[in-house]
Parts: sequence; C-alpha cells; structure tokens
Amino acid sequence: MAEMILTRNFERPDCHTLGGYRETGGYTAWPKALGMEPAAITEEVKKSNLRGLGGAAFPTGVKWGFVPKGSTAPKYLVINADEGEPGTFKDRYLLEKNPHGLIEGMLIAARAIGSELGFVYIRGEYVEPWRIFSEAVREAYAAGLLGTDIQGSGANFDIIIHRGAGAYICGEETGLLSSLEGKKGWPKIKPPFPAVKGAFGHPTIVNNVETISCVPHIIARGAEWFASLGTKTQGGTRIYSMSGHVVKPGIVEAPAGVMLRALIYEHCGGIANGRRLKAVIPGGSSSAVLTADEIDVGMDPDSLQKKGSMIGSAGVIVMDDTVSMPEAFMVLTRFYAHESCGQCTPCRETTGWIHKMACRIVEGRGRKEDLDTILDVSRRAGGTTICAFYDGAVGPYISFVEKFREEFEAMIRTGAHA
Amino acid sequence: MPRLTINGKEIEVPAGTNLIEAAQLVGVEVPHYCYHPGLSIVGQCRLCMVDIEKFPKPQIACNTVATDGMVVSTETERVRETRRSVMEWHLVNHPLDCPVCDQAGECYLQIYYMKHGLYDPRMTDEKVHKPKAVPIGPHVILDAERCILCSRCVRYCDEITGTGELGIFNRGDHSEIGLFPGTVLDNKYSGNVIDICPVGALTDRDFRFQVRVWYLDTAKSICNGCARGCNIELHTSQRRTHHNQGRRIARIKPRQNPEVNRWWICDAGRYGFKWMDDDRRLTTPRRREGERQVEATWESVLAALADALRRRRPEEIGILASPQLSNEDLFVLRRIADHLGVTQRDFDVPPHEPGDEDDFLIRADKNPNRRGAEVIGLAPPPGGLDGRGILAAAAEKRITLLWVLHHDLLSSAWPAADVRAALAGAETLVFQGPTGGDAAGRAHLVLPSAAYAEREGTFTNFQGRVQRFRTALPPVGEALPDWDILVRLGRDLGVAEPLFLAGRAEHVFRQLAATVPAFAGLSYRSVGDGGQLVADPV
Repeated sequence: MAEMILTRNFERPDCHTLGGYRETGGYTAWPKALGMEPAAITEEVKKSNLRGLGGAAFPTGVKWGFVPKGSTAPKYLVINADEGEPGTFKDRYLLEKNPHGLIEGMLIAARAIGSELGFVYIRGEYVEPWRIFSEAVREAYAAGLLGTDIQGSGANFDIIIHRGAGAYICGEETGLLSSLEGKKGWPKIKPPFPAVKGAFGHPTIVNNVETISCVPHIIARGAEWFASLGTKTQGGTRIYSMSGHVVKPGIVEAPAGVMLRALIYEHCGGIANGRRLKAVIPGGSSSAVLTADEIDVGMDPDSLQKKGSMIGSAGVIVMDDTVSMPEAFMVLTRFYAHESCGQCTPCRETTGWIHKMACRIVEGRGRKEDLDTILDVSRRAGGTTICAFYDGAVGPYISFVEKFREEFEAMIRTGAHA
Repeated sequence: MPRLTINGKEIEVPAGTNLIEAAQLVGVEVPHYCYHPGLSIVGQCRLCMVDIEKFPKPQIACNTVATDGMVVSTETERVRETRRSVMEWHLVNHPLDCPVCDQAGECYLQIYYMKHGLYDPRMTDEKVHKPKAVPIGPHVILDAERCILCSRCVRYCDEITGTGELGIFNRGDHSEIGLFPGTVLDNKYSGNVIDICPVGALTDRDFRFQVRVWYLDTAKSICNGCARGCNIELHTSQRRTHHNQGRRIARIKPRQNPEVNRWWICDAGRYGFKWMDDDRRLTTPRRREGERQVEATWESVLAALADALRRRRPEEIGILASPQLSNEDLFVLRRIADHLGVTQRDFDVPPHEPGDEDDFLIRADKNPNRRGAEVIGLAPPPGGLDGRGILAAAAEKRITLLWVLHHDLLSSAWPAADVRAALAGAETLVFQGPTGGDAAGRAHLVLPSAAYAEREGTFTNFQGRVQRFRTALPPVGEALPDWDILVRLGRDLGVAEPLFLAGRAEHVFRQLAATVPAFAGLSYRSVGDGGQLVADPV
C-alpha cells in the first residue's frame, strides 16, 4: 500500500487537537515556510504538481501566481469547505480529523500570496466539522499560531469561519464569494477573475480544503517527493470518497492516478452482496458515468478526460446491476434543477425542463423524442453559461442517455422498469 | 483607441467599449436582454453571443471589451444557432399570453423570436407557475411568469435609485422577481422599471389594458413638469378614440438624452399628463357680459383686447407672463410689451409650497422655461413693477388692465386676499392659458391656449439647453398655441414687424434667434432632438 499523507493520523483519537497534530510532526512546515521567500513557496507548490482537489484540477501554484504583483490592496485566502458535490465527503473528514493541517496549510499559502486574512466557508450542514474546526482555530489563536506577529515572526494572519446556508452553487468559486459578501450566492461573470478582483473586490485565492491540506507536506518534504507520488501532471495522493454498492464504502487515500478498478476491488472489497457492477460515477455527480467496461482507467484528470469523463472531486459512486439508470438519471436531474441558481438562462430553464422529461420517462409517460431532446438541449446549453455548474450537469445528462440508451428506450416503449 | 473588425467592417472605438456598443457603432444590432447601457454588466441572459476570432466558442458581447485587432462576427452559423437556442430557453416557461399582455407589440420576446428564434417549440410539459398580476407599487404591476429574470429592474433599484426594493427570490426555474419583505416599489422614479423591462413582466398600472401599442402615435416632446426638461415621447391614442377611456394621451415614455435625463424620467413627469385631457381645459374664447362669461370668436376677443390695450397708457397695463410659456410665446409677448411700452411685467409667481428637489433629475422649480423667460427678458425692467407690485397696483386701480398668462394666482404663495383684491380691482382682466384658474373665472376676456402636447415650440431648461417639443395632438376645441394668439393680437394692434406674420412656431424662433443674443445661431434644425445650449449658459 502506498504512503498515506493526509489521513495518516486519522486513527489517533487526538488527531484533531493541537497536541496530537504537533506530536505527529505538525506545525513544522510553517517555520520552514517563514524562512522562504513567498515566491519560492509558490514555486515549490508549482513544482509539486499539486492540482485543485475541489473539482477543477487547476494547478495550485499557477493559480497563486495570478495575484497581481505589487498590488497594495488586501489579499484574501478563501478556503472552499462547501463540500456539496454528490458522492463527495473527503473534506468533511479533513475538517474533523486534520483541522490543524488546514490551518497550517493556510498560513503557508497566505504567506505565498501575501494575505493576512483567510476565510473558511463551511457547508451549512457540516455542523460537526464546523464545531471541530472552530475549536482548532481557537487552539491555534491561543498558541499564537494565528493573529498578529505570529510567534514573533512579524507575520499576521487571521481566520474567519463562515457557514453556508445550504446551496450547492455556493461551492462554485465565485458563487461562494458572492455568498461570503452577504449576497445571494450567484456566480460572477469572468473576467475579472477572483485572483484579480475577488472577495469584496480584492485579489482573492479560493482553494479547496484538501488542496491546502497538502501544502504543509509539500513544504516539509519537498516538491519532488510530492510530485513523485502521483502522475506526471498531478502530484501527491488524494482522498477518494467511495460510496454505493461496494463492500467497504468510505474514504480511501491513494495516489493520484490510482486505477479505478483497484479502488473498487482492492481498496473497497469489490461489489457488495455478490452483485455485478453496472456503472460508476468517478468524480462526483458532475462527471460522466462510466460503464462496467470502462473502469480500467487511472483516476487522474488526463486519463479520465480521455474516457470522456473527469476526476472532479474524486467522489466515486458505484452502482450495481439493481440500479435503474433512468431512475438514477432522474435523481441527478432533480439535483441539478433544484440547485441551479437561476441566474443565467440556459441553466435556469433547461435543468428544470430536462428534469421534467426525466420524470415523465420514469413515470412511464416518456416519449420517443425525449432522449434526443435531452441530448440536443444539453449539448447546446453546454458552454454557454456563467459558471461551470451547467457543464457539470451536462456530464450525467449526456453520458447516462448515451451509454444506457437501450434501457431508457425500453422504459419509454413499455412504460415500465427493466 | 482600439481598432477592430465587426462583420467585416473596421471601426475604431473608445477604450472600454463593449462589443454590443461597438457593433451599434457600425450599425449592427446584437440582440440582448440583460445588458442596458445605464446599468452594470451581469451577463445573465446569454443572448448577446458573438464569435471572436481565436476564441473556441461564442462569447457574450456585453462583457467583452473591444481590443485592438479583434475580429468579431455576429452572424456565423454557430452564433445564429446559439441565439435560436437561447430564445427557446427564454420561452420554455413563458406563458405565451400575448393576447392579454400590454407588452405585446413592443415585447422583445416577440421581436427576437421573429428575428432570431423561429424554432418549433419542443417544450410540452407543464410550465412553472408564478405570481401574476401583482401590484408591487402605485405604478407598477408584476407578472412573474412573463419575467425572463434579466435583473434590469433589480439593478435599476440598486444602482440608479439606490432604493433596493426588488430582488430575485428562489432558485433555478422557480426564481422570481419580487419585493423584499416590507417594501413597496414606491420611489420617485419607479416607472422606469416598466420601460427597461424588455418583456411584459413589469407593466404600467395606469396604461394597463388602455390601448394596444400598435394603435399609438408618438411625438417627441419635453416634459413641462420641472426645470430639467426631461426628454420624453408622448404616446397618443387617436386611431381608436374609444380606447383609453376616450382620453387622447395614453402615456409618457422617456427619450434618451445623455445631457439631460439619460434614460430616465420621474413618476411625477410620467403621470403628469392627465390635465391635458381634462374637462377643466379652456376650449373656446370667452368674454364677460355682465356677471357671466359667454363664448365668443377669436376675432372678437382679440379685437377687444387690442382695443383695451390701445386705449390705455402703458402704466395702466400689467402683464403676468409665465415660465410655462415656450421661448416663442415669451418672445412674441416681449415684443408686444415693448411695442406698448409696458414695464409692469413679470413672470415669476412663487409656488404655494416649495417644490421637491433631489440630486438626480427632479428640480424644485416646477416650470420648464424659467431660463427662457429670464433670457428673453420678461422680468421687470428697471423702473418697472414686479409681480407683487403689479398685484398691488391692480388692487389700487393704478393698473386697470391685468393680463394673466397661465398662472393660477390663488394657488401661489401670494396672500389670497391680495390676489382677490387685484383680480377684483382690474377694470379689464384678461386670462390666457390652457386651463382655467381663479383668474379665468373672473376674466373679462378668456384666451384658451393649446397645451404643450398640442403644439410645437422650445423650452430652455435650467442648464440653458434649448429643447424642442413637437406636436402630438391637435388643440382641444378652438384653443391656439400661445405664440399664435399673440401674433394675431400683434396684427390687431398694428405692429408692423415680420414677426407678426409668423405662421409657424419656427418662424417665431428664427426672429428670436436673430434678435436675442443668447439664441444667436440657433435654429430648429440645429437644436434637433438633443437640444442646444444658449450662448453663455452659466
């Protein structure tokens, strides 16, 4: 089994405390980072091939480099802990079991981008993670690890925790910023990008919990070590959220690029109850579904893109042969129709429309033209919206209908489940 | 200044120009809903997609700033297809209730569907239902089902009036425009949301179900409600005279003028037209016989007035002109006063209550042409009498002919007893105006004037901007434009000047421009639709 990084201390009962974190080597990367020039930290993260683990897989160091040089405006570091992608629950574990890892990562990232104020936007339903993370922040303040002139270094950094109110769209980078600003959680049009004009109009870097939790390890053990753990274009390990019909669901830490088949059959013990695998959603609900024949694929951005899907948040949903794909599809269409923020027209109008068609099909009132309408509408609307929400919805819209068309057609023909 | 190519036409545009504006400069219309030049850019409707060389997919024109060397195409097959799709989505949940919608005929869902849609509808499921016919303020009624959620009205209330009454509530296709709890859309400029709503979601309670817009006629005009002189369009119902409850003026819409009112007007101006179709209008010349007034001909009342003026020494005549009069009217009046040698003349009658004012459009001075009256010289000359002086002199019977134009003196700030004494004291009381005030009821001679909608002319606003208003309607009854009444009177007085041969307001304006230095060089043509400043406006 490969080396574990983020979850290595999860078995320790005190892993969430400052004491437990320190005993396992915590808060040693931060002093090291203090001795580095901010640009050198960014450079190290670039070399590590750390990529955004919230879903977009954007190279983290490159993102940090977008903050305008020489800007005297305040800069903000915002942590996206609004984990809402269906099938994804890794950040929840990190907040509960490694909160100081996130705080230390934030300190280092803040130094790299020149920020003295960080926000952690936590999903509203995450009450326990919020409670535990808040306690860790209190501990860090008490220990002088947050606040002004941290441990006599002259560095200042504060953390403000903000709880969401239950909208998936607030996990979209700019929707999150709108919500943080006290507005309706509507994504913003780009340009300007947040690194130039983000929260409250100032340069802002938004990073996922898991992404920033990797940073102390990169600084402590070096970019080359981190890069060597993963693939050529993505370094490190990552936490796969495994759900559905596997014997051992839960989180699995494994290298970036681990084979999907290995995740299901080695890490999770295969399909439960002796059933057959039917389909897998590899990267949260917004990634295109894979058939049972398509699981010999590396769990990294490039490999999955070649298969027409994406790594997304690495939330793996495994479906066995008891699953009705039209019904699963209907559930997903309900999610996107319910969570569309309604700001821009293509997403607002077609998520609801597609859901109505999906409902009719499942209720036995499907029409033969429905499938082509779903495909045509989602293809046309893809790429026309303000944010990536709709392109995420297009993943399941097209892949379910295309890959399981016969099952849909049978249901439309007979009005009954297969 | 970036130079770019749009549909093969090269153009240089000011830095910061977006592609909708740049396309307009080469005469290309990029269809759009959420973009409005007076509001922030939000990119929500997704209709204004254009193709830009080197971009993998169409981009929204509203949020794309023109850059040097950019090659833009608004008519590629891909852009046309995208537009068609976006039109389909805008209409997915639209109720298609055009037959009962006031917006029909000027609705951008209709216009763009015919231009850019023309698809076969595929949406056959139940549409989302939302609140309909909800009054959200004294002037505006909301139909949330017709709304396309472009957010123009929300941004208007946030960015222009700063009152923030409106928001978008709920999510996805259940999103709807509405009032924040405890608020009412009742600011002084609320009617503008009706104009900027591209569809039938926000319609005008006053205009609701009155006239089909295709039966309306339009005239460019100037609001006479205050000294700003907002540029407006008067929409009249003259083709189906039984519509609009028989009233001729159906509504007022703002007309864009970047120097005066941009795209906006206030509600007081928007709804301040009812008096012109009111039965208080003076429609026929009248003269007093004993204790009652009887109808008379123009010839007889003007001859009587000319005779009454001629029989008096100048100091026995008092003239109360009005800043409601046009530049043309005031100029002819000034010439008559000069001809008669009358120095007891003024135009300024203080209002009973000081007018409201703000730092946006509304001016405290509720007259459209105070500047014109000042520049043309209707204020008392040295040694003359001002308004109060004229009043006192009339009460003391030193002035025996009191000629009041437009003013309702009893609703002014002047003490009612003084006004009554003056009106009772004048041996000959002459009233000239479109509606009768107290002076009209007591007048020996009544000269009915055309309202501003019933004639053409110019006002000079507080900035010194001379602005034309055009004829929207014929005058009621036998009413005549004030300048015309005065020109006829001048002929009866035997004034031998070319001015008194004028047959049109423009003829008067030419003489005005040739005589009054501040108007030198101005003509109806040069004033045009946007107005022109008088010389030395400050």
